[in-house]
Amino acid sequence: MAEEKEREELAAAEFHKKIKEAFEVFDHESNNTVDVREIGTIIRSLGCCPSEGELHDLIAEVEEEEPTGYIRFEKFLPVMTQVLLERKYRPIPEDVLLRAFEVLDSAKHGFLTKEELIKYMTEEGEPFSQEEMEEMLSAAIDPESNSIHYKDYITMMAIDEN
Amino acid sequence: MGSSSSTQHHFAFQNAEKAFKAAALIQRWYRRHVARLEMRRRCTWSIFQSIEYAGQQDQVKLHDFFSYLMDHFTPSSHNERDFLNRMFIEESFSQDSEMERDSGYESIEVPDSYTGPRLSFPLLPDHATALVEAFRLKRQLHACYVLNLLYEAKKHLVQLPNINRISTCYSEEITVCGDLHGQLDDLIFIFYKNGLPSPKRPYVFNGDFVDRGKDSIEILMILFAFMLVYPKEFHLNRGNHEDHMVNLRYGFTKEVMNKYKIHGKKILRTLQDVFRWLPLATLVDEKVLILHGGVSDMTDLKLLDKLDRHKIVSTLRCKTRKDSDKQAPEPEPEPEPKQAGPTGPAEKPVPWFLPQSRSLPSSPFRLSSDRAPKASRSCSIPCSGPLDRKELSRRVRRSVDLELERCRQQAGFPATREKQEPPLAEAEAEADAEAEAEPTRGEWRQVVDILWSDPMAQDGCKANTVRGGGCYFGPDVTEQLLQKYSLQLLIRSHECKPEGYEFCHNRKVLTIFSASNYYEVGSNRGAYVKLGPALIPHIVQYQANKSTHTLTMRQRISRVEESALRALREKLFAHSSSLLSEFKKYDTNKTGSISLSDWAAAVESVLHLGLPWRMLRPQLVSSSADNTLEYRSWLEDLAEEQLSHENIQSSLLETLYRNRSNLETIFRIIDSDHSGFISLDEFRQTWKLFSSHMNIDITDDCICDLARSIDFNKDGHIDINEFLEAFRLVKQSCSEGDTSDCP
Repeated sequence: MAEEKEREELAAAEFHKKIKEAFEVFDHESNNTVDVREIGTIIRSLGCCPSEGELHDLIAEVEEEEPTGYIRFEKFLPVMTQVLLERKYRPIPEDVLLRAFEVLDSAKHGFLTKEELIKYMTEEGEPFSQEEMEEMLSAAIDPESNSIHYKDYITMMAIDEN
Repeated sequence: MGSSSSTQHHFAFQNAEKAFKAAALIQRWYRRHVARLEMRRRCTWSIFQSIEYAGQQDQVKLHDFFSYLMDHFTPSSHNERDFLNRMFIEESFSQDSEMERDSGYESIEVPDSYTGPRLSFPLLPDHATALVEAFRLKRQLHACYVLNLLYEAKKHLVQLPNINRISTCYSEEITVCGDLHGQLDDLIFIFYKNGLPSPKRPYVFNGDFVDRGKDSIEILMILFAFMLVYPKEFHLNRGNHEDHMVNLRYGFTKEVMNKYKIHGKKILRTLQDVFRWLPLATLVDEKVLILHGGVSDMTDLKLLDKLDRHKIVSTLRCKTRKDSDKQAPEPEPEPEPKQAGPTGPAEKPVPWFLPQSRSLPSSPFRLSSDRAPKASRSCSIPCSGPLDRKELSRRVRRSVDLELERCRQQAGFPATREKQEPPLAEAEAEADAEAEAEPTRGEWRQVVDILWSDPMAQDGCKANTVRGGGCYFGPDVTEQLLQKYSLQLLIRSHECKPEGYEFCHNRKVLTIFSASNYYEVGSNRGAYVKLGPALIPHIVQYQANKSTHTLTMRQRISRVEESALRALREKLFAHSSSLLSEFKKYDTNKTGSISLSDWAAAVESVLHLGLPWRMLRPQLVSSSADNTLEYRSWLEDLAEEQLSHENIQSSLLETLYRNRSNLETIFRIIDSDHSGFISLDEFRQTWKLFSSHMNIDITDDCICDLARSIDFNKDGHIDINEFLEAFRLVKQSCSEGDTSDCP
């Protein structure tokens, strides 16, 4: 339908501006390229929540034939626009996140010990690096009980997300 | 049994799979959270940088204003002349004889009740150490000792060459520190962590010791003390902030007057003198060049070595004479045919602050030629390509004449009776008379370049329009310079970096910045670099604030972000009228609302800060369901936050706000005896001249009302500090507390 198409075009135009802005924040040399290592940050800050695996696939799509370590805007824009139009890699709602913690909390304590958290985050799923683990611990762990009360933690994080 | 164990297996497998998936989900969510924090951090950084540089552009406009008045305004009455003299005459060159006769400190008595550190000369290492300790304990050095120390410092500096040559063969490592900007905590931390200066532990401090931070004078005292105690091992380079004109704006002048109410003026005068004797650069083992800002494609180390550095009192405003008056060395053959070369003998000097592209941007990747090198910086002074110098000069003169005439009439001065070419002949005659005391334009530019330039990623060399002085220099310029003088590394400072340091130009340029938490607590680390005989740079980072260590990344970023946003909202408020007009343009149906996308476009077109407005939008505008904004009420909310003084009507307030820094600088210049007061009349005259130059539309009555309302004591004088306090944000209000009836 013509109306639908027009709406999509408008949406795409708006997405173009957003994508360009986010890209430029990392375009240090102002030559429409960013370091491939920053692409994950750009994609995620545009509202998407891909897994590491999904991210690697995306990067493969926007990389050069011979990977240079840099991603060009011309290749990134159409791919990213499509991602946004299709609403791929949607963020995770609070309740789903809560259930994930509850799965790990098999004893149903309402919290995970520091050791448990470390074990799961560094051995399961798409494991954290040591840096990522330390950073998460610094904010999540209640130093007195040495555990993470995940419900409170999620609520606290959600305030930021606004 | 078989079936139960397989069921167990099945459950176990299912549970394991569930755990795996749950963990993956949490990780996925967390990584996004971190990415968003990182983005916020970068945006915050952009805000600070763009506001900082926009402020420097303001400074340029101000000096633009002054310089033309100075060069072209012929006062036609004795009152006019007096008034202008107050603004423009620099009390400088008479200094030398005055300094010899009475260095000032001998007549000052130090009372017995004084409990601060006492110095005796010649200084001993213990004195210097004692100074550090005393300042750490928040003592203040008596004016008598300050002046004495400055006097001795100058005596020493005068003997030094422009480029200090030092060697690593006498010691283990040389420590190089960057900008300190009055942050005493960082200096103390460096000495604590790296050790106090000594013959075995040489130091180079690369400029910008003062301004912004609150302990600039203490830092200077410590640095000069160690310099006197270890003259062969302790070295200082001049930075662009070692400059009394810059100090007027960025806080050092204020700090000195606050701490030294009786002798502050004398101290400032002496400092003016001491600063211009600071060396310009340091060379280590003839291989590593250390200087404050950067280089340009015209940088000539031989010329820099030979010129009289003390003639360059301020890099912001300088009367120069023509290059032909002096036996200038042969200018280097220009590699780039497009460049505007050095001033030829027959041409009139064109003010340095006019945009003159030295070369067209060369990278094929550039989107548009008017983009500044860094995405976060904006280029509000149009840089439309190289103009023929004569044409440029003519255009500028003509427009300035027109403007000056308007200024004069607005300010109530009688109109000039005849149309005249600007009295350049007169200026030339004057210049000849003072020929001995002034640098040539070429010399001056050499110094400005090394004190103000910044590296950029693209090849080439173009005018640094963001800062208003010096240039942006590319990797090719660096390479050219290093090869020409057989150097291997350029160490510079001048720019704040999140990690306290940054390499660029294939690791041939190292930026080192030693003021941690520069924009805000948690904004950045500081760093210093050590060079051993192998001249391999070894970086040490730090962050001199205990509380940041206990904060999480999220909290740190939040605090800094809050600060940046506050500054940004203030800027938005200061442009309320322009924003309103711009919003109205988008509101074609006059609904009172515009889309958020249009909001972003409008804001950028007014503010020119080059910021990612769509990313920042959630922090500045509360979102509505249909993605639109009622712009009037948004502007009203902004105003409410900023208004702390209800007597001043808000449109005037907005204008004053926008020009606050410039006004403060002007006031302090007029207030030549640093009393803190200017007369109502001076205020009115200043405001008139300034506002007409800046195209600000304000009626005479408004100004009079304003002046009267600010004269709180009704004694015909305005207290500068009170006046400026009226414009502080409500949150950062003065320590008295109550801002609604300005104290």
